[in-house]
Amino acid sequence: MLNIEKAKNGGYLTFVLEGRLDTTTSPQLEEEVNGAIADVETLVFDCSKLEYISSAGLRVLLAAQKIMNKQGSMTVTNVSEEIMEIFEVTGFSDILSIQ
Amino acid sequence: MNKLEIQAKVENLEKVLFFLDTELESRQVSTKTQMQLDLAVEELFVNIANYSYPGGEGMAEIDVDFDESAGNVKVILIDSGIPYNPLEKPDPDITLGAMEREIGGLGIFMVKKNVDDIKYLYSDGKNILTLYKSIS
Repeated sequence: MLNIEKAKNGGYLTFVLEGRLDTTTSPQLEEEVNGAIADVETLVFDCSKLEYISSAGLRVLLAAQKIMNKQGSMTVTNVSEEIMEIFEVTGFSDILSIQ
Repeated sequence: MNKLEIQAKVENLEKVLFFLDTELESRQVSTKTQMQLDLAVEELFVNIANYSYPGGEGMAEIDVDFDESAGNVKVILIDSGIPYNPLEKPDPDITLGAMEREIGGLGIFMVKKNVDDIKYLYSDGKNILTLYKSIS
């Protein structure tokens, strides 16, 4: 299960993610991101309610990071200890801006 | 030991993880360990669903076997698809930056990083992958 709250304000786009970002739910996020990312300068993923992320979810974040590296900036915020460990083990803690 | 036999389709991932989580919770396995095993099983089950039966469909079996004296759990994934050892896939280069990093290659790497040991066997027309994880 994944709930996505999207807030767009000019060039500022935030996604609040709730639940699990896995193989089944990642396409949902991918679609939302692709649909809104066009003129965005600042992209934020609030992970305070994110319980789980698998490689499918990491791929969506990586794809967004690649786009934002050319357009502006991307930040991942409020990451739990468990999710942080996943980021570290996969090297994503060096690729993503985590707050 | 409890087992689940299910069609190897990505749509069945939720059922697979529900089975696994129920087993783990029955032994009070920590949330963190549950998540790590969920990750490993997700990657492997999705691989079976996507690649084991090219052009068709097949079954997958997931066995969960607790060894209380050893303080660990064995999770075994079995399919009768094409012979394939996922452990042979090379690890991605995790030192690469975002622009150089490939989108793929993460799955098996995450499996290896989240379990204590993995053994692969091809026997009797089946791929058998056993994950070992300490639960004490």
